[in-house]
Amino acid sequence: MKKDTTVEVNNLVKHFDIKLGFFKTLTTREAPHVHAVDGVSFEIKRGEIFGLVGESGCGKTTTGKCLIRLIEPTYGEVFFKGVDVLALAREQDVRKLRRNMQIIFQDPYESLNPRMSIYDIVAEPLHIQKVVEREDELSNRVSQALEDLDLIPPEEFLYRFPHELSGGQRQRVAIARAFVLRPEFLVADEPVSMLDASIRSEVLKLLLSLQQRFHTSFLYITHDIALARHMCDRIGVMYLGKIVEKGTTDDVVQKPLHPYTEALIAAVPVPDPTARRIEVVIKGEVPSAINPPSGCRFHTRCPYAMDVCRKKEPPLIELDGDRHVACWLRGDQKDASS
Amino acid sequence: MDLLKVENLRMYFETIRGYVKAVDDVTFTVSTKESLGLAGESGCGKTSTALSILRLLPSNGRIVGGSITLDGEEVAHMSEKEVREKIRWKKASMIFQGAMNALHPTYTIGTQIAEAILKHEDVNKKDALERAGKLLELVGLEAAKVDRYPHELSGGMKQRAVTAMALACNPQLVIADEPTTALDVIVQAQVLRVMKELQSRLDLSWILITHDLSMIAETCTTCAIMYAGKIAEYGDVVHIFKEPLHPYTQKLITAFPSVLGPKMELSSISGFPPDLLNPPPGCRFHPRCPHAMDICRKKEPVMTEGRKSQHVACHLY
Repeated sequence: MKKDTTVEVNNLVKHFDIKLGFFKTLTTREAPHVHAVDGVSFEIKRGEIFGLVGESGCGKTTTGKCLIRLIEPTYGEVFFKGVDVLALAREQDVRKLRRNMQIIFQDPYESLNPRMSIYDIVAEPLHIQKVVEREDELSNRVSQALEDLDLIPPEEFLYRFPHELSGGQRQRVAIARAFVLRPEFLVADEPVSMLDASIRSEVLKLLLSLQQRFHTSFLYITHDIALARHMCDRIGVMYLGKIVEKGTTDDVVQKPLHPYTEALIAAVPVPDPTARRIEVVIKGEVPSAINPPSGCRFHTRCPYAMDVCRKKEPPLIELDGDRHVACWLRGDQKDASS
Repeated sequence: MDLLKVENLRMYFETIRGYVKAVDDVTFTVSTKESLGLAGESGCGKTSTALSILRLLPSNGRIVGGSITLDGEEVAHMSEKEVREKIRWKKASMIFQGAMNALHPTYTIGTQIAEAILKHEDVNKKDALERAGKLLELVGLEAAKVDRYPHELSGGMKQRAVTAMALACNPQLVIADEPTTALDVIVQAQVLRVMKELQSRLDLSWILITHDLSMIAETCTTCAIMYAGKIAEYGDVVHIFKEPLHPYTQKLITAFPSVLGPKMELSSISGFPPDLLNPPPGCRFHPRCPHAMDICRKKEPVMTEGRKSQHVACHLY
């Protein structure tokens, strides 16, 4: 493991079992699974924002939750600064780890307990981690966390309840709760998708400024590649549980190598009525993750699909400059397939 | 020719705490084959405006002033019976937000489309079902899908089906309220393309309601930006995106990241939209406006022609 790597993920897999009825279990030889995450690998450097981009159901949220063990992966490896996260068996060890690994959820209307005051919400991680002992220090830390997120003056928010705040303020409270422990790694799961445009950019700016101040590493999960371009240093594009392309954001957005990335970029509406657009050539919708297509999982929708795509799965190969792609059209893969 | 003319429309909601001025003095027109994008943040009155046009307001919502003229007929003060017989479905129809999830799970798609036709036109069930099949073909589905139940269709197909339903009685105007919010980007692009094709093939007029300005930039010819129940800026879509006049529009347009062009810093607007029970005096945007002057706090700006085919309600112009 390289020195400046905060998080390393190797071949992460998560299959969810499907509950069958009694008679079905007698007749079915192998229980079906939802292949939510199927062999995902990436690393996040210190102070870097790594984006996972993909459509709903591609496994990006499951990946994020597996990293901090909110979901137990089926197998794979996750290292946080050299510590094998998945090997930790005792609950207190996992808890200790979470002091440095936090998450911001998508919907601030659901992620905040309506019966707790803002003070209690932000102070809870400090209580659980027992990082401060004195009550006055605790309230200082809470006020500081709120101030860091422009909830000023903090006294005005401390004793309010979530329902008294607007959506943008709620999400800032949720971010304050995640940041109050000064974690080294943060999973941000679509943190602004529920917010209105005028408020969205403000929250994004706050996230970026905090990230720069504390050199936090981020896993930024989003369906919006335009937003990922704005926020992330490197991105991985996911399709049906697999990373199909990975690289620095500029490379991936400006010169997409995988047909799926190409389609994702072409499909995003552009806020410019005079911009010349590429037509979206992809047809249909994402197939089911219970029986993913054979070979390359994208072949059913790919405009360039060849014979080999239907039969053999393309490996994620490394190209120049930390660029990875899993497609038979790229690199030396044509030779490898024959 | 103006198909729809909305003039000084005021629609208030009656609540225990007073009147919520959801739509306050809104004026715009939609001509034949035009597509108007109605944009703004949540709670700015875009959906309320649309519901007023079709007279589908909830029981505490009332049109308290102004007029709505649709194809030469005054809709705002028509009786409910007349609206039902003459306006809804036949002249104007609506695709509601989340309509694809409101399809009845135990009726086939065909039956649900045919229901609208049977209610409004003198046809038998067989013809109505046949027409439902044709409508599905129009939106890019197979006619055989009339026998399918909603759970057998994917999200994108369901959205196409409700689009077909809105076209059931050949309306001249279709209002689409956030038609693609629940869909993934690629499917969203497919649905938007279908809508654009339909517009040119059937000479339709559209009103597209959305919070996503990028979608309006891609599909509409004119655009109205709403803020706190009022139109802040209104005009040709290219003018508004290229040279926005109102400070709110300027901020809003640059708040959206783009995959194309140079990477730019996103602008943000501090504060949040006002409470429409007690909107701020003067210009409703002044508490958040970087250019606010004395007059903005006192006097409400009127809509003026800031530039050719671009109207703006701001004291700066």
